[in-house]
Amino acid sequence: MTPDEMRERLASFVAGEERLPASAVRAEGLRRLAGGASREIWSVDLAIERAPGRVETLALILRKDPPGRVGDGGDRGTEFRVLRAAARGGVAVPRVYWACDDASVLGSPFFLMERVEGETLPRRLLREERYAAARQALPGELGTQLARIHALDLEQPDLAGLARPPAGRSPARVEVERVALGLRELVVEPHPVLDLAERWLLERAPDPPSAGAPGSPPRVTLVHGDYRVGNVVVGEAGLRAILDWELVHVGDPLEDLGWLCTRAWRFGAPLPAGGVGTREQVVAAYERASGTRVDFEALRFWEAFGSFKLALVFVMQSRVYLDGRVRSVELASLGRRTVEAEDELLRFLRGAA
Amino acid sequence: MNDRPSASELLAAVERFLEETAVPGLDGPARFHARVAANVVRIVARELATEDLHLAREWDGLAALLGDDAEPPAARAGLREAIAARNEELVRRIRAGSADTGPWRTALLEHLARVVADKLDVAQPPRLAQEGTS
Repeated sequence: MTPDEMRERLASFVAGEERLPASAVRAEGLRRLAGGASREIWSVDLAIERAPGRVETLALILRKDPPGRVGDGGDRGTEFRVLRAAARGGVAVPRVYWACDDASVLGSPFFLMERVEGETLPRRLLREERYAAARQALPGELGTQLARIHALDLEQPDLAGLARPPAGRSPARVEVERVALGLRELVVEPHPVLDLAERWLLERAPDPPSAGAPGSPPRVTLVHGDYRVGNVVVGEAGLRAILDWELVHVGDPLEDLGWLCTRAWRFGAPLPAGGVGTREQVVAAYERASGTRVDFEALRFWEAFGSFKLALVFVMQSRVYLDGRVRSVELASLGRRTVEAEDELLRFLRGAA
Repeated sequence: MNDRPSASELLAAVERFLEETAVPGLDGPARFHARVAANVVRIVARELATEDLHLAREWDGLAALLGDDAEPPAARAGLREAIAARNEELVRRIRAGSADTGPWRTALLEHLARVVADKLDVAQPPRLAQEGTS
């Protein structure tokens, strides 16, 4: 499909949704932003003439499955519904507008959401002087926003379709076993550190779910699944919107806090929570907003699990190259980052982290 | 024996071309990939300079852990294979629970820390440069 065809089809889809004549909607400035094998992200501006001479313009992001992809979790329809539920729950997310399940329109399902201006690149957020105030605000904001995500009612129609962890099983154990299985299938060489880490994690997997310290009721909540610096839009005053919801699932809420504090997401900066704060700062804000207590031992488990999962991510990405599926130099290089995850896991295994 | 420039001198030329010509002359994803390529060249250069030492060190550590003082294969490819086979043996023992507690676990962790430090020296992850992964 040419970009012109794509713009025309998009405009007539929106006109149909808004019950306007096709000529009332124009799509401009369409360009591909990023994305690889699992999704496409486009930027587009819509001009909508709701009445003669009254034109509304919207700066939008189009999120789209790659053509021909069969939903293996994280499909765009789910993401649209989760974003809608998150907005209703007071979470800072881009406003969603229209979703289309009909693959005949653009070749695969897609949805349109508000384009929130701001910075997402960790290198700039963590270094540049103009984000100094944002860096001060972020630890508290990340904790408060996460509490709102975890407070969303899983029974509401937009979230009721999400798979639940198997009844009676610890989501932490389920996650460790899932990653361990992936590693066994995909590693090319033996990695003794990862086998040691698997046993360490299974021994410490919180069971039942660990949102509460002893005494508080166990919780299973919505989990963002990729909650970290790099996936939030930040302005000079602080957090503006939380993005990248495609790994959303139901599980142990501390998984999100542990991932936020995982070493790789500090991008070389010393502070453990995303390079912007201490664990205590984020946890204090989270506890205040959620009314629950965070067990730091459980948080330590989930932080170590973050590096275990990252080892799988690096191995998976380098396998895509090694198997000849995508001959990208970036994918090729990622196999050599597995050692970063091993290094961090060793710190936990030796009791230093 | 090959003629000069040596492998590492040739890699230095490629790295310089990527950093000084390709990166500034490109934009968007191609520029990012040229940066990644330059980093890959540096990894390969460091590996060429250190692999003999690192393989010998890993072999010695494995020999001590497994109580097996067989002579190491002389050729580099054979040594790599033999080390992989010994690492498989470590993985078998770990999965059987032999490293769950005790002095062998302590020795194993010390050995793995040395191996990981050597691998990190070669990979040298650039600080604050990880935006390429999503």
